[in-house]
Amino acid sequence: MTRVQRGANISISEVQLMEIARKCRIDIVEMVHKAGAGHPGGSLSAIDLIVGLYETEFRFDPANPNWDDRDRFVMSKGHASPAVYSMLHHLGVITQSDIDSFRTLGSICQGHVDMKWTDGVDFSAGSLGMGLSFGLGCAIAARMDSSERNIWVMIGDGETQEGQIWEAAMATSFHNVGNLNVIIDRNRIQNDDFMEVQMEIGDIGAKFQSFGWKVIEIDGHNMTEIVEAIKQANNDQTQAYAIVAHTIKGKGVSFMENNPAFHGKAPTDEELVLALEELS
Amino acid sequence: MSAPSSGGASRDGYGSALLKLASDQRVVVLEADLGKSTKSCLFRAENPERTISMGIAEQNMMLVSAGMASSGKIPFASTFAIFTERAFEQVRNGIARPGLVVHICGSHGGIHTGTDGSSAQSIEDLAIYRTIPNMTVLHPCDDLSTEELTLQLLNHDRPSYTRTARNKVPRVYTQNNVKEIKIGKGSIVKEGNDVAIIACGVMVNEAKIAAEKLSEEGINASVIDMHTIKPLDGELIGKLAKECGCIVTVEDHSVIGGLGGGVSEYLARNIPTPLEMVGVEDRFGESGDTSELMSHLNIDFNAIISAAKAAIKRK
Repeated sequence: MTRVQRGANISISEVQLMEIARKCRIDIVEMVHKAGAGHPGGSLSAIDLIVGLYETEFRFDPANPNWDDRDRFVMSKGHASPAVYSMLHHLGVITQSDIDSFRTLGSICQGHVDMKWTDGVDFSAGSLGMGLSFGLGCAIAARMDSSERNIWVMIGDGETQEGQIWEAAMATSFHNVGNLNVIIDRNRIQNDDFMEVQMEIGDIGAKFQSFGWKVIEIDGHNMTEIVEAIKQANNDQTQAYAIVAHTIKGKGVSFMENNPAFHGKAPTDEELVLALEELS
Repeated sequence: MSAPSSGGASRDGYGSALLKLASDQRVVVLEADLGKSTKSCLFRAENPERTISMGIAEQNMMLVSAGMASSGKIPFASTFAIFTERAFEQVRNGIARPGLVVHICGSHGGIHTGTDGSSAQSIEDLAIYRTIPNMTVLHPCDDLSTEELTLQLLNHDRPSYTRTARNKVPRVYTQNNVKEIKIGKGSIVKEGNDVAIIACGVMVNEAKIAAEKLSEEGINASVIDMHTIKPLDGELIGKLAKECGCIVTVEDHSVIGGLGGGVSEYLARNIPTPLEMVGVEDRFGESGDTSELMSHLNIDFNAIISAAKAAIKRK
């Protein structure tokens, strides 16, 4: 299916989107289990948003993933790489054997998403706080070239503790950049513990708003809300949008949900069986 | 130090090169509120639509540059050398690791910058950028060579860091012979076979002065402008080691990890040769007049003369 026209796939139903996300969740838990390492929690919280974006408004050609004029998806929370790989797998950009090789020597599926290694990946992540700036650079370049490409950045809520996020937020507004949008995966958990224990940021939406961004708050697991927010942000090129998506870390696997332990831990053999039962 | 009657600071060469590069529409310039100092202001004045003010936010500037490079632009991003270091990890992870061709310029490098004091005196930049895989590291000695090397970056296939200096120094090159210099190839400023003095940046001029004084004592020193710290011209270093039998490195930088570090690594692995290093010993600078500081920190021509004699004794 070609998605080189914006919104070519906009008629896809909510049920179809949820089904794609379900399959992606299976990929996520399987690849982290097989690798014996990885970050399932933040992948499962983000996947509905990624599916909602790629399957509707995102201009992208799976047959030509490095097409110059594609929209960009900058996965700043690069530890949630399994979510991106599962999406690219669904689109046919990468294969099952690529997924199976996650985190192994020579694999195109590096531990953190890396544009140098994987077709269809637009950013080399792994160090939090950098992706929004990178997306801003992509957006300014697109504007200079009078290109219609839109830039989407996904960051985590814990990631907003990095000061560079706010440098980028300020600069986006100052330079009147309208072809850049950020999705914030607001799952309220970071590496060590809940954000309220580590460093709670407070009202992220209000903070972005004060920097001049248009803010939409959604349930990050409600496909109707996800698709509507993405569409609204995409259709308005006059300003940058911050979509604050309230999510559940580990969403879809009961024992991972809202559990800081599964930020960066692989499921055991027994846990994999349980997870797959729940996702089937 | 007193300004010479001719020539300019290396930062002036950077500014004039950007102007010449402006004809290539891919070239964009990023500033962090120091464009007047780094001389990117010259580009801004004529090409405001391709100059992006990032404010006092170096980390953001590095990644915005990376994003632009990934989208077909050739970004030249500048600030003070010391403040590029604030964004070191951004350069490492966001620019060099994915191999995005961003050209960073750190001006006001070294203790030569003078009275601002130690907070502004970057003496570790060459060392840290040299450790990043695929990063080219330049430190030209005058305005003409800075302009020439910056122009060559247009067709360079990897990210780079160029350190420039604030103060004017006498020109080492002429408009004609500067065209012969090449990224990655050290330039022989003066031939000699008793000792090879390998210098970079503003210290090339000091090395020339030292070589003249040494010749009055019958010591024939060669002087090399090693404007490219990485990739280091090992072929030339090996040749000098054979011909002269001893080497002195000279830099306005810590003796740890910069030009001296690079040359010593090469010699130790390939052709062990007596080496003396002139540079800032393991300490921070302080406020002071440039020439006072160079003397105080033992990096002036007198220090080079002493080092040359010590190196010759070790042959």
